Amino acid sequence: MTAPLVDISSVSHRFGHQTVLKNVSLQIEPGSYTILLGPSGSGKTTLLSILGGFVTPSEGKVFIRGEDCTSVPPAKRPTTTVFQDYALFPHMSVGSNVGFGLRMQGVDATTRAARAREALALVGLAAAFDKKPHQLSGGQRQRVALARALVIEPAVLLLDEPLGALDLKLRRQMQDELKAIQKRVGTAFIHVTHDQEEAMALADHCVVMNDGRIEDEGPPERVYARPATRFSATFMGESTILPGTVTEAKNRTSAVATAVGQVSLPSALAVGSAVALGIRPEHLVLGAIGGTARLGTARVSDVVFQGSFKRVLAVSVEDPSLQFIARLPATATVQPGDMVAVSCDTDEIILLTD
Amino acid sequence: MRQIVRVASWLYALAVYGFIFLPVVVLVLFSLQATSFPIPPFTGPSLRWYNAVLSDPRLTSALVNSLLVASISSLTAVTLGFLSAWGFARFVLPGSGLLRGLITLPLTVSYLIIGMGLLVLFNWAGVPKSLLAAGIGHVVINLPLCFAIIYSQMGDHQINIERAARDLGAPEWKVLLLITVPVMAPAIFAGFFLSMTFSWDEFVISFLLTRFDTTLPVEIWNLLRSGLNPKTNAVGSLVFAVSIILVVLFELTLLRRRKA
Repeated sequence: MTAPLVDISSVSHRFGHQTVLKNVSLQIEPGSYTILLGPSGSGKTTLLSILGGFVTPSEGKVFIRGEDCTSVPPAKRPTTTVFQDYALFPHMSVGSNVGFGLRMQGVDATTRAARAREALALVGLAAAFDKKPHQLSGGQRQRVALARALVIEPAVLLLDEPLGALDLKLRRQMQDELKAIQKRVGTAFIHVTHDQEEAMALADHCVVMNDGRIEDEGPPERVYARPATRFSATFMGESTILPGTVTEAKNRTSAVATAVGQVSLPSALAVGSAVALGIRPEHLVLGAIGGTARLGTARVSDVVFQGSFKRVLAVSVEDPSLQFIARLPATATVQPGDMVAVSCDTDEIILLTD
Repeated sequence: MRQIVRVASWLYALAVYGFIFLPVVVLVLFSLQATSFPIPPFTGPSLRWYNAVLSDPRLTSALVNSLLVASISSLTAVTLGFLSAWGFARFVLPGSGLLRGLITLPLTVSYLIIGMGLLVLFNWAGVPKSLLAAGIGHVVINLPLCFAIIYSQMGDHQINIERAARDLGAPEWKVLLLITVPVMAPAIFAGFFLSMTFSWDEFVISFLLTRFDTTLPVEIWNLLRSGLNPKTNAVGSLVFAVSIILVVLFELTLLRRRKA
């Protein structure tokens, strides 16, 4: 059992009267790609700033490679940050930008230039060495920032919404490159984003944050398939949320009463407790009764064609406050106004905590 | 009707610009006078009086003094102004707004008051009247100006650039020297040239705080006491030319800043 590369231990942080991080603990393994996913104001950027040394937490400790780095300044800790606005030095050439960290370490000019060229080649920008940052496109600046941060071989690379300023197509392309570069250099990356697709595509370890807390963490496949909380079920992908009360529990199955009828679940729950059930759009069956759990009837309110599938919104007849979100094949003939029976497989129902 | 309005507006513009520039034109024109009195008719052009100015040791040494005082005091003012702007922009200081107000306050106080205040203070502290004293006076009037120019250009977008430098291992003085100063260079140069301009033709403070060695404006004033002659016009034109050059440099640095 090796020690984690980064160990964030019970960190809380306040800005004035506002608490932005509430007792957050997180461990990062060497060589992993960690994504901090959350809406704005969830504390993910503050957590990254604490890791980078730009913010000293009000409480708790941060260990990097086993050393207490809680109040070590950014210059002296083995992390580098790729800033959201790239923060390239506008008066220096691309080569000098990339070589800056080495220059601060006292590396001689020849070695510096050689290593800067290597780092630029790694990000596919070998030809830009003598250019100025303003001559480059957004995507290219992003790569220069990445090369500049990687060239000094940090233990952890921190990325603050690195793809936020790029257009969608470039973002997806850079996303693939980021992953490839991370695999090649083997450095642990910690990447902050509010884009759940980015999170699913990149993360080895996905940390869902909300309101200063970690809601859920784990491999993205697990976080998507079995989200722990109501928040992560709706933030990482969409879900239909069905509130209910446990009425009966025996032999490791429980019956839950909901507005659309009784649903039985293969787990033991306390009778009388309130629960929330989550169902992913691709698991809802509309029309023919296909699933083992019947969820009443609904009126289709909206059908959005999205190329490979149709996204369907339907309002429950039994409980008008309940909205089903379903994903149907592109060939489905459903129309707004249609009345459809709703069902799903019991196995696909996710038990959520609030 | 429209025709008349157009002609009238042209005439008005001519009158305004004439009002502003006619004295300067007359000054420069009669500096080229060939005879001994700067009054019509114009008898030049001749460089006779420029020759006289440049061969007058009192005027040339005053010119050198002025250049020295202007450049050294401006350098000091711009350095101190930059450091205070950086301090206010990057650190949370108690009473920051009040302190910022105080630092720019001398901009609104008349040079006469500042000069008198310094005279009293230097008298009390035993600092003799000298070019150094006048130079300190010029720092007092130009520091707020440099501060205001540099502070206004010190935006938040540079904070991340400085952070990035720190993150890559730069100690604070290297961040300032290698990152902040070059990035702020246009504002710093603008502050410097504007200070030079103000110091170059500043009269009141120099008059109050210098005695034997003095600056060009004070020397011109001495010259004027013995009456007008084309020599005063020539030296005035020289002062004006240098001011124009400094203002143009100031504008150019600001313009380049806006384009970037």
